[in-house]
Amino acid sequence: MTVSKRIVLRFPRRLVERPIVYRLVKDYDLEFNILKASITPEEEGLLVLELKGDQKEYDKGIKFLIKAGVKIQSLSQDVTRNEERCTSCGACITVCPTGAFSLDPKTREVLFDNEKCIACGLCIPACPPRAMEVHF
Amino acid sequence: MARTIAEINEKIKAGKAVVFTAEEVIAVAREKGVKKAAQEVDVVTTGTFGIMCSSGAYFNIGHSTPRLKLGGGRAYLNDVPAYTGLGAADLFMGANALPDDDPRNRIHPGEFNYGGGHVIEELVAGKDVRLAATAYGTDCYPRKRLETLINIKDLNEAVLFNVRNAYQNYNVAVNLSDKTIYTYMGVLKPHLGNANYSSAGQLSPLFNDPYYRTIGIGTKIFLGGGIGFVAWQGTQHNPGVPRTEKGIPKEGAGTLAVIGDLKQMSPRWLMGSSVLGYGCSLTVGVGVPIPILSEEMLEYTAVTDADIYAPVIDYSDAFPNNKPDILAEVTYAELKSGRIKVKGKDVPTASRSSYPRAVEIATTLKEWIRTGKFLLTESVQPLPGAESGAVIKPLNERPIEY
Ligand code: SF4
Ligand code: SF4
Repeated sequence: MTVSKRIVLRFPRRLVERPIVYRLVKDYDLEFNILKASITPEEEGLLVLELKGDQKEYDKGIKFLIKAGVKIQSLSQDVTRNEERCTSCGACITVCPTGAFSLDPKTREVLFDNEKCIACGLCIPACPPRAMEVHF
Repeated sequence: MARTIAEINEKIKAGKAVVFTAEEVIAVAREKGVKKAAQEVDVVTTGTFGIMCSSGAYFNIGHSTPRLKLGGGRAYLNDVPAYTGLGAADLFMGANALPDDDPRNRIHPGEFNYGGGHVIEELVAGKDVRLAATAYGTDCYPRKRLETLINIKDLNEAVLFNVRNAYQNYNVAVNLSDKTIYTYMGVLKPHLGNANYSSAGQLSPLFNDPYYRTIGIGTKIFLGGGIGFVAWQGTQHNPGVPRTEKGIPKEGAGTLAVIGDLKQMSPRWLMGSSVLGYGCSLTVGVGVPIPILSEEMLEYTAVTDADIYAPVIDYSDAFPNNKPDILAEVTYAELKSGRIKVKGKDVPTASRSSYPRAVEIATTLKEWIRTGKFLLTESVQPLPGAESGAVIKPLNERPIEY
């Protein structure tokens, strides 16, 4: 079975230089897509990845990462929008740090791009009808 | 040309009324010219869907056996306190009411997940709501405690009564300070990080009848997905503010008090809302039909976002301290472009009220009129106009001598 999941990797400085992602590709045959990469103020590496591959290999790859000292947080479909409750008011647009919300210039509907979302959670309490939901 | 409401109603009944939304009529006026358009168009429909704090509802719950007197006692609906200063079986729930144990802003900014507005939404949605009441007991109303589920379909009356809705124009909120602030106008980032506005602009009811020529007490409207009426001018109705040449107020001006039977409304158009760091409220849908009685009325309804100005106000200082400072005046066309210029800085904008839902309200009202389901009413008394001298005053605080 093939799986595709989005995860946040946080790794200590000593691992920043090591070819971790390369090992995932080479040893576990996983495909990846880097959604975001940065070094935090605490000099921790932060990588948001979309990882795709065989379920068994995927699990092994994750085990490898944990063993290497990487902290993993799942992000797959973490934050979703309840379309019934979204009124397209726009209160979330300037709150989101990654620009996951945009305005359709014609209909003025507020569009949500799940791909850009890093599940920071800032929009959740800022949305008046509570249309944004976190799923763990 | 001149037309009466009676004539328009005859056309509506015959299924022949020509109706456009306040957005559509702009193009009609542009294409045909005001004169011709006024001859052809009978009604223009407007709409707005936004958080409207001074909203609430009253209920008559029916008498229990033995009887209990709510008046002067205490009552809670889903743990949110209701007002019990009325008679034995009447309650009022305001949109901003909060449960006694809500943490409010103790951990700032508070989330305000559930309050009066949410109770109203749940009732409208047909859900059971917990009523808990205590009373002091009298000879005729001996009971002292009551706990029961109630449902809107069993209530004698459930009436939405909003004392201030549909503000004619509103501030654009920004933050000049160096920390994020949490206001009723939303989250405002420091150093002019963003600008929030709250009006449907060209679609908003009172922008399309700026001098209240047709909207008055008794005007039948779209309210919360059902039918309601203008009950009075809203609180803080302030018609005497500066206006543009076309009569459009350049800041918050007129307001409406509206009323309607909650039982025929829908939760799609009355949504409990949570404003981070501020409180609970109700998002309300209001739409007003404007009869084109003259060319003048057609000209008013053809107003565009580019004709409407709003004042940019600093919510870190000027607003809380009641200072009159206006940082800039911008049009709704600029606001809707996504960026405005304030003090030389490019500031991203966001709305607080929903334009797509305002369009949906105006379109729904248009269909109701076109299909003969909704007739217009003559207002029984106009709202105080710009010439009335009505002004809102700040509170004059006076020391109490003991
Ligand atoms: S704040 Fe909530 S309701 Fe408003 S546009 Fe964003 S997701 Fe939709
Ligand atoms: S959770 Fe964060 S990143 Fe995702 S949409 Fe909300 S504000 Fe944007």
